[in-house]
Amino acid sequence: MDPLINKRVKQVLKGDQNAYADIVTLYQNNLYQVCYRMLGNKEEAEDAAQEAFIKAYINLHTYDQKRKFSTWLYRIGTNLCIDRIRKKKPDYYLDAEVPGTEGLDMYSQLSTGERLPDEEIERMELQERIQYEIGQLPDKYRSVIILKYIEELPLQEISDILEIPLGTVKTRVHRGREALRKQLGDL
Amino acid sequence: MMKCPEHVVEYMHEYLDGDISQEHEVVLKEHLKQCDDCKKHMSELTNVIAFIKSAAVMALPANFAQNVMVRLPHKQKVLRGVQRFLRRHPVLIAAAVFVLLMSGSLLTVSNPSQQFAVTKDPQLIVEGETVTVPENTVIKKDLVVENGNLVIEGKVDGNVTVVNGKYMASTANVTGQVEQVDETFDWLWYKMKSGFKKLFSNGE
Repeated sequence: MDPLINKRVKQVLKGDQNAYADIVTLYQNNLYQVCYRMLGNKEEAEDAAQEAFIKAYINLHTYDQKRKFSTWLYRIGTNLCIDRIRKKKPDYYLDAEVPGTEGLDMYSQLSTGERLPDEEIERMELQERIQYEIGQLPDKYRSVIILKYIEELPLQEISDILEIPLGTVKTRVHRGREALRKQLGDL
Repeated sequence: MMKCPEHVVEYMHEYLDGDISQEHEVVLKEHLKQCDDCKKHMSELTNVIAFIKSAAVMALPANFAQNVMVRLPHKQKVLRGVQRFLRRHPVLIAAAVFVLLMSGSLLTVSNPSQQFAVTKDPQLIVEGETVTVPENTVIKKDLVVENGNLVIEGKVDGNVTVVNGKYMASTANVTGQVEQVDETFDWLWYKMKSGFKKLFSNGE
């Protein structure tokens, strides 16, 4: 779809590894935002976003050049993040220290629906609070809300990324908004 | 207190997604003018959106792209080209392998079948392409004649095989089995069988 990207993709497929740098540069910011909002932790987001680019590189021959590259890349990224969320769920403890991380990262360790005490929530700064509330969403609502309101993607594109029907995307956006409404109360 | 229209919350979400029908929009707007609960619900939803949208753009970690490039797998380029070819043309590859194997086996089989050959034994008389086991002699081994004829006047204590030739004797003079092979595929079969026999006798 994008002629520049397709040119770079062809160069990489022919063995020119350096051509991939342009692809990374073009999408790194967007993909990192999605990974950060999904995972709520800078180090983990960096690792997941890098992994997504590497996975895309390895599987570049499977990318259909008639489709949007960003859709394909976002799909790899969101799938990796969802895998990570599911893997880390069972082995966290609220009172355990997370070495080398700040308070913000602690909140992302909470499982969904398990809220901190009100006083603590009220003490948060706005940015901290936003990430905390996103992290409280079940992962299937979290991904659509992030793609819709952080990345501002059209619903149809979200449906293509997550490979779920458009109707399902709408339902998830609706439920995600309702869940956030209940979490926030009368903010 | 008035009753809220059915699906009014759904209409709110349709409105927020920007794909509400005119019909639904009229119902929704009329209702919001009169119902404080629904008006509150709607404003909470718009607040939720504004809240999430106020998320700051996170700064990309330093050297992100370089770190990706360093982590990319190396030296797969040539292999990848071959792999891609193999993956795209599986039938072609299978056909090529088949033809290669078939022509290979046919060549090795048809080559020796042109030449006259006989199991060596000093008691045998060879005249041109005719091998004779003379009268009153006993050949105590298996006898194979390729592309020639075999006349047995004496006795053979073993198996007899004649390939692409004639065998002339009464079987009573041969203690083992007598086998005549004439066509290429019979020959192939014979080769395979003797190959297996060798394999197993070596293993013993």
